[in-house]
Amino acid sequence: MTVGELLILLALGLPLFAALVTFAVGRMPDVRETLMLVACIALCIITMSIFVRAGAGDPPEMMIAQPMAGLEFAFRIEPLGALFGVMASVLWAINSLFSIGYMRGKREPSQTRFYMCFSLAMFGVMGIAMAANLFTLFVFYEILTLATYPLVTHKGDAAARRAGRIYLGTLVGASVVLFVPGIIGVASIAGSTTFTPGGLLPGGTDPAIGNMLLLLLVFGAAKAALIPLHGWLPAAMVAPAPVSALLHAVAVVKAGVFTILKVSAYIFGPELITALPAATWVLWVAAATIVIASLVALSKDDLKARLAWSTVGQLAYISSAAMLPFATGLAAGGMHMVVHAVAKITLFMCAGAIYVATGVTRVSQMAGAGRRMPVVFTLFLIASLSLIGLPPTAGMWSKLLLVNASFGSGEWATAAAMIASSLLSIGYLLPVAFRALFAPPTSLAPDFVRPGGTPGPALVAAILTGIGCIGLFTGAEYIADYLEPLGAITLLETAP
Amino acid sequence: MTLFEAIYVTPPALTAQAPILVVAGPLIGASAAALSPGARTAWMVSVLTAAFALWMSVAVVTEVAREGVVDYALGGFAPPLGIALRIDALGATLALLIASVGLLGALYSGHALSSEVYPGKHGLFQAGYLLCLAGFLGLVFTGDAFNAFVFLEVSSIGTYALVAVGEARDRRALPAAFNYLIFGTVGATFYVLGVGFLYGATGTLNLVDMSVRLAALGDNFAVQAGLAFIVAGLGVKAAIFPLHGWLPGAYAGAPSLVSVFLAATATKSAIYLIVRFVFDVFPTGGFGQTFLALIVAPLAAAAAIVCSVQAIFEKEVRRILAFSSVAQVGFIMLGISLATTGGLSAGVFYLVAHALMKGALFMGVGALAISVKARTVEEFYGLGREAPWSAAAFAVGAASLAGVPLTMGFLAKWSLIAGALEAGALWVVATLAVGSLLTLVYVGRLLEAMFFRAPLPGATRAHEAPFGVLVPLLVMAGLSVWFGVDSSLPESLSRASATGLIGSAR
Amino acid sequence: MNFVVTHFNYLAVIVLMMTGLYVLFATGNLIKRMIGLALFQTSTALLYISLGKVAGGTAAIKIYPDSPEAQALAAQLDPAYVAQFGVSGVVYSNPLPHVLILTAIVVGVATLAVGLSIAVRIREAYGTIEADEIEAVRAREPGE
Repeated sequence: MTVGELLILLALGLPLFAALVTFAVGRMPDVRETLMLVACIALCIITMSIFVRAGAGDPPEMMIAQPMAGLEFAFRIEPLGALFGVMASVLWAINSLFSIGYMRGKREPSQTRFYMCFSLAMFGVMGIAMAANLFTLFVFYEILTLATYPLVTHKGDAAARRAGRIYLGTLVGASVVLFVPGIIGVASIAGSTTFTPGGLLPGGTDPAIGNMLLLLLVFGAAKAALIPLHGWLPAAMVAPAPVSALLHAVAVVKAGVFTILKVSAYIFGPELITALPAATWVLWVAAATIVIASLVALSKDDLKARLAWSTVGQLAYISSAAMLPFATGLAAGGMHMVVHAVAKITLFMCAGAIYVATGVTRVSQMAGAGRRMPVVFTLFLIASLSLIGLPPTAGMWSKLLLVNASFGSGEWATAAAMIASSLLSIGYLLPVAFRALFAPPTSLAPDFVRPGGTPGPALVAAILTGIGCIGLFTGAEYIADYLEPLGAITLLETAP
Repeated sequence: MTLFEAIYVTPPALTAQAPILVVAGPLIGASAAALSPGARTAWMVSVLTAAFALWMSVAVVTEVAREGVVDYALGGFAPPLGIALRIDALGATLALLIASVGLLGALYSGHALSSEVYPGKHGLFQAGYLLCLAGFLGLVFTGDAFNAFVFLEVSSIGTYALVAVGEARDRRALPAAFNYLIFGTVGATFYVLGVGFLYGATGTLNLVDMSVRLAALGDNFAVQAGLAFIVAGLGVKAAIFPLHGWLPGAYAGAPSLVSVFLAATATKSAIYLIVRFVFDVFPTGGFGQTFLALIVAPLAAAAAIVCSVQAIFEKEVRRILAFSSVAQVGFIMLGISLATTGGLSAGVFYLVAHALMKGALFMGVGALAISVKARTVEEFYGLGREAPWSAAAFAVGAASLAGVPLTMGFLAKWSLIAGALEAGALWVVATLAVGSLLTLVYVGRLLEAMFFRAPLPGATRAHEAPFGVLVPLLVMAGLSVWFGVDSSLPESLSRASATGLIGSAR
Repeated sequence: MNFVVTHFNYLAVIVLMMTGLYVLFATGNLIKRMIGLALFQTSTALLYISLGKVAGGTAAIKIYPDSPEAQALAAQLDPAYVAQFGVSGVVYSNPLPHVLILTAIVVGVATLAVGLSIAVRIREAYGTIEADEIEAVRAREPGE
């Protein structure tokens, strides 16, 4: 067994191991959570070394099984996947810290099942990140869906169950009806489903078939939440805050856009994407999604719902990026994937921290709350800035690249939608932090329902990702360079 | 095939006679079982006979793998005057499937019967079981249209009786068996009628001979009417929508073992015979395929949708599985009616996959029913915790049914959709996609009931099934996973079947 | 009219078959249903037998050509028929359909036996052999 294969097995095995251990020692919360943190950190080390190896031109690869000719169960890491793996594992580690604080602070029931499903979800994410072909990606994509279902229905009441049905119905339904026929279509044209740099489908593919396959695969990846398949995401907000934070800001939704990026880069390839009218149709849908989602977010008073709708819009940025001509789009999309993940997880953690400390979920009740919780709301402010795309946060670079790429490829509608949405996001994000921090204290300001306010581990986790929002501002160039094999160009060249 | 060659050494004398021994063995075993003094002896006779049939089937399969087609003239009288057995890749595939399920079922019957069959009737039950086995195996081996009818009826009469035995658990089995008998006999008589038409037109009953003469005959109304009668008659036995009325009651009422065996073999061997007539006996591209494409395919599509919906709204677990079977037969017939190598091979692959998954599902239900008389979905609440192994095997079968990746069901759906795309039949792709989605809904409902719901208050606690039941159940479920990870054996067999049929008629 | 005469056997088969099917589906009495089924099966037997009939042919039992019976039979043959097909001596009907139908009758009897015995069991379990009364009993059962 080569080192690469070992790394792949470890990256898959550690989350599984964490799930097993969680199950085995579920009765001892301290042991359970210590072991889980150890597994998280070990996974971070593994994904980082995979990241380094992939960057050094020695991508780990491994073949597990071949159920049928042209249908392989295999792993191979390329830059985008390596980046996705590192992002997910690091944020998992931080989020585990947050979960411990949140779940203990809220005294939630069935924590063992909760952590177990969380680890299984990470197993799915790792598989998605490392998949060598569409089939393998699909397998782990579905594992991720199934593993997160019990998390969404964690509360177990009628509302949670209804949300769970929407969640499972939309995601699995889209997979079965759209994604699977798409994969099979690709396989029957190309003879395999392997991700191939430059595109798997031959250049001369019939545009009618190409259009159909692109639409099947893009909308089949319903985790990317393009309208009209976005309904599951706001519904999933019934889940506890750590779930929303990691899964519905990072793992699940990013798995969707990651799939679209991979499909664009490695199945269709730049030439075919530019030649297909369907890519333009997707761009229009994405542009509409960006604007509509931002408008809806503006109208939501519930903080988590507002953040969820904001996620719907931001995901459409990345879907758009995947449909833009190659050189500028994919790198920008990959970068925005990371930047948005860090910012959105910070926002959700803050929302969770506020909820644990005060029991407040509505934006209108938070006026003046910043005086009680200055750190939390400052972090919220920083992450908001990143999401809007203002310096000194990482969001600036990725938005710049995205808008630049849209202009560069002549997609004015997309560019306009992105700019409009940035302005709208000022409207729905900044007032939250500003009113909490700077509004005069009123008698309406919420009191702590939990003595001591936000639990320590949760606060530490939010601080870490908050630092990430700023840290990526300086590190953005490194990511762009790393994604260069995808056809990315350096920041210097794109700067206006 | 290498796997079988490695474990398999048969004396040459037996190999030469293997085709007839496959059929004769169970017939003799059936008499022995009927005469055996106790349940235990009958069970041992049944297991030994089924093992022998499997052994001989493997011999035939290896022979077919070497030779392509095995011809066996009964008593040494050469066809077309003598009666012939003729085994090609499709027949060998079906025989292997039937004999394997037969052996697993026989093993399973050791403990499973006790809760579902009156004590003292075990010997007769096993006799009926072996009779069915002989009938199905003979059906897929015979090269004679009328012999096929006889084997069809040998197996059918056995199954009517076996379904009626379910009375011990649920007296609704009796009307269901009677209903099945009426439907089945009408179907078989239609088949005889159709064969009579063909015989009148060609003057032969030997299938090879008939295909030669039919090709020379060209379009002929009597022949076409004959085929219509044959397909309609066999359609009853194969439960092709809307001729499936007998099936839900029969599957729900029969003892679990019988449901296993029926689901895995009865409808399948009828489908086999339809394929044999349409692709082998009738000329390629002729009336047979037009008939499939214009009449059978739309009905199959309707079955895939309508019966899946019925399964969703059904309350009893066995009836859910039964309606699902009708829908899945629709899937299989959709693949077959594409009439391309890809479609036909996918149809055969799906047929094998469905036999294994439904086998595991019904065995699972039976294993759970040993300790608890669970019938409806509500009564299945929480069984996943109380009988984890049986429930796990059931879940594997369900996963395969739903088409979860790395199970055989996924590969089956995969090759079916790929076959439809290849043939350019987009409406088939759409039907399959919607049908799969509906399948997910009722499978999800079953799994949710078993694993995510607390038992109803006052419900009896279930126990894990005994070892003798668990082993065949787990093997059956394991096969679905094994072939889902490495499908080379069923894949090569089904591909050989398809090329053999479409090639041979050209 | 000529068509009716030449296809007389088929018409008989069709009438018999339809009668059988009608009885089968029109009655709720299980025994009567079995009778309908038997009638239906018999009609196919008739079809086969009439297919095997050769004009002027006798039963397929070997008769020595020199025997007086053979000469009597040969004398009965229509001369036009003899001229057309060039047959000579004794003409036999095709024996194969008889053999087949013998088998089919055995199968039919077996089916009848199983069907009737199931009807007996139904009578024991439900106390009736009328389909609608069985339905009524089932409708009263729990879980329906």
